[in-house]
Amino acid sequence: MAEASTELLTTADGRPLKEALAIAQSRAKRRAFLLVLPLLLFVLLTFLIPIGYMLKRSVEHDGFARSAPALVEWFEANPGFDYANPPEEAYAALVKDLTFMQTEKLTGLSGTRINYTVPGTISLFKAGARAAKDLQAPYKEALLAVDAEWARPALWRGMEAASSKFTTEFYKVGTDNKLGDNGWERGGDKDRIYLYLFFKTFLVSGIITVICLLLAFPVAHLLAVLPMSRSSLLMILVLLPFWTSLLVRTTSWIALLQEQGILNDLLVWLGVVGDDNRIAAMYNMTGTIVAMTHVLLPFMILPLYSVMRVIPPSYARAARSLGATSWTTFRRVYLPQTLPGIAAGSLLVFILAVGYYITPALVGGADGQLISNLISFHMTKSNWSLAAALAAMLLAAILLLYWLYDRLIGIDRLKLG
Amino acid sequence: MALPTYASPLERTWYYTYLVICALIFIFLIAPILVVIPLSFNVEPYFTFTEKMLTLDPEGFSLRWYDTLLTLGHSTPDGVRDSAWWSEVWHRATWVQAAKNSFWVGLWATILATVLGTIAALGLSRPEMPYRRLIMALLISPMIVPIIIIAVGMSFFYAQACVDPTTVFGAVIGVFLSEKGCLVNSHLGVIVAHAVLGIPFVIITVTATLSGFDQSLIRAAHSLGANPRTTFFKVVMPLILPGIISGALFAFVTSFDEVVAVLFIAGPDQQTIPRQMFNGIREAISPAILAVATILVIISILLLTSVELLRRRSERLRGVTPR
Repeated sequence: MAEASTELLTTADGRPLKEALAIAQSRAKRRAFLLVLPLLLFVLLTFLIPIGYMLKRSVEHDGFARSAPALVEWFEANPGFDYANPPEEAYAALVKDLTFMQTEKLTGLSGTRINYTVPGTISLFKAGARAAKDLQAPYKEALLAVDAEWARPALWRGMEAASSKFTTEFYKVGTDNKLGDNGWERGGDKDRIYLYLFFKTFLVSGIITVICLLLAFPVAHLLAVLPMSRSSLLMILVLLPFWTSLLVRTTSWIALLQEQGILNDLLVWLGVVGDDNRIAAMYNMTGTIVAMTHVLLPFMILPLYSVMRVIPPSYARAARSLGATSWTTFRRVYLPQTLPGIAAGSLLVFILAVGYYITPALVGGADGQLISNLISFHMTKSNWSLAAALAAMLLAAILLLYWLYDRLIGIDRLKLG
Repeated sequence: MALPTYASPLERTWYYTYLVICALIFIFLIAPILVVIPLSFNVEPYFTFTEKMLTLDPEGFSLRWYDTLLTLGHSTPDGVRDSAWWSEVWHRATWVQAAKNSFWVGLWATILATVLGTIAALGLSRPEMPYRRLIMALLISPMIVPIIIIAVGMSFFYAQACVDPTTVFGAVIGVFLSEKGCLVNSHLGVIVAHAVLGIPFVIITVTATLSGFDQSLIRAAHSLGANPRTTFFKVVMPLILPGIISGALFAFVTSFDEVVAVLFIAGPDQQTIPRQMFNGIREAISPAILAVATILVIISILLLTSVELLRRRSERLRGVTPR
C-alpha cells in the first residue's frame, strides 16, 4: 500500500483530485457570495454610504475656508501669530473677505462655521459684512469701531482653525470643550451638557435594562415550565406588544399616566391622592422609563425564554434531593444556567435603549430626553456638523456594544419570536 | 408547573405570590394596548374614561373620532355623503392619504427587502460562504444602529443624491424622485430607507428557517435532473416559504411603524400614518389618534395570528414537533 499513498489521486478526466476539489470549492464560494452580492450592494448604497457621509460631515466643513480666501492665505503665511493682537494685515485680509462674503452671500455660511466654536458669531459676521465695503484703512481701528468683538483672541483662534476644511473641532465641542481666549479648555460644570447627556442616557438605559430583567425573569420562567399548549397562549400576550405600533403604545401610556389620565383618576377615586396633587408620571424621566420598559420588555423575555426552555428540570430536582433549599437551588443551580439568556437579553435591551428616540421625544418632556433627541434637536437647528459628531460618538458606543454582543452571544443566534 | 407534594407552607405561599407577580406583569404588558380600544369610542374629547362610559351609558360612546378620520382635510365635512363626498375622502382626507402612503411605501419596501433578503439568506446559509460572520453582522446592523443615526446619515446623503432632470437619464430616473430630482422628499427615498430597516428581519427569519433545511434535498433534486431554477421553486421555496412570509410581515410592520426616517427624509407628499400620529401627539392631542391606534391594534392582532400560524406550519413542514 506504500505505492498507493504516493500515487497522485486524479479525477476521471485526469486532473489531480486536490486541484479539482479546490476549483469546485472556490466555485461554490463564488456562487454563495454572488447570492449575497445584490443585497450587499444595496446595503452599501443606502446604508453604509449615508453613514460614511455623516462621518465625513463630522470632520469636514468648508464654510469658512471657501468664503475667506484672503484670510486663509494670510493664516498660512503667518503661523502662530499673536492672537491677542493680530496685525493690521490680518484685519485688512478680514475686511477684504467680509466684502467678498457680502457680495457672494456667504456671510451666513461662514458665520455658521465659526459659530460652532465661538457662539454668537453669525450676527457679528452679518453686521461686519454689511459694514465692510465702506471701511477705510487702517482697517483694525475701523473694524473694531463697528464691533469690539472682532478683537477677541478666541475669535481669531476659531477663524484660524476654520481656515482648514478638515477639523476635529466638532468632536471637541461634542465632548464639552470650549474655545476660550487661551485655546481649548474644558467647560465648567454648567457647560457639560453633552457628556452629561451621554452619561444620563447610559444610566437610564441601565436602569431600564435592570427593570426589564426583573420583570422578564419570572414571566420567561413561567412560559418555559408551562406545558406548550398553555405557554403558547400566554406567549401571545408577550408577542402582541412586539407587533403593536410603537406610537400606539406610547399613546396608551400618555392616556394612562398623564395628570388627567386613567391612573391618576383611579388613584383620586380610591382616595390615595388628592384631586389637587395628582402624580406627574408623564412628560418627565418617569414617563420615559415606564414607556421604554414596556416597549423593550419583549426583547428581554424572548431570549430568556429560549434559554430557559432547554434547561432540564432534573438538575433542580437533583439539587433538592441532595438537600439544597429552594433558594440555594435557584441561586447555585438554576440561575447560572440562565446566564446566556440574561446576557443576550440585557445587551439587546441596553443597545436598543441607548439609541431610543420616539418614546423620549413624545413622553419625556424636558427632563426625559436622551442623546438621540439632542442629535435630532441639533439637526432641526441646522447645527449639522455637531449633530454628525454626536451621532458618530453614539455610533462608536453602539458598535462597541454590538461587537461585545457578537463576541458573547453571536449575532446568528438573534431570534424573533 | 405544579407544586410538588413535599412543598412546605412557605414554598406554597411563595408559589402563589409568584403566580400573582406573573399575572401583574402580563397585565402591564397587555393593558396599555387594550386600553385604547374603549377610549377611542369616547364621546368627549378626553383621553380618559368619563362617568357615562363607566356606567356603560350608550350616550357616553360614539363613533365621532372614527368619523374624524374621514373628514379631516375634507372641504365639506358635514356635506351630504354621496359618491362625490366619498370620492373626496379617498383623494383628499388627511388620514386616508397617510394610510395610502403607508401602505404603498410598506408594500414596496417589503418586496425589496424580501426579495434581496431571501436571496442573500440562501447564500449565507451555504456552508461555503466566505466572511459569513462579518457579512451577517453588517446585514443585521440596521436593526442595531440607532435609527436616529441612520436618519441623519440618510438626510445628508439623500439631499445630495440628485440627478439632473434635464438630461435623458435624469428624466427617466427623475420620475421616481422629488421635483428637484433628489432622493430626499421622494417616495423612492422612503421606500429604500424602509427596505434597509426591514432587511435584518428577513435575514434573521429566513436563515432560521434554512438552518433546519436538509441540504441533501437540493442534491436529490439535482440528481433527478432538475435545474437550479426548478430546484429553487419546486423544492426549496415551498419549504422555506413560511419563513419568507413571516420575514416579509416583519419587514412590513417595521415600515408601517417607522417614523424617524420619515421625519428626516420625507416631504409633505410622503405623510404616513406614524408621522401623522407623531405630529398629532406632539401638537394637539385628539382622540382621533386613539381611533387610529385601535385600528392599528386590530391589524397587529391579525398579523400576529398569521405569523403564529405560519410558524406552526413551518415547524410541521420541517419536522420539528412542538414539545
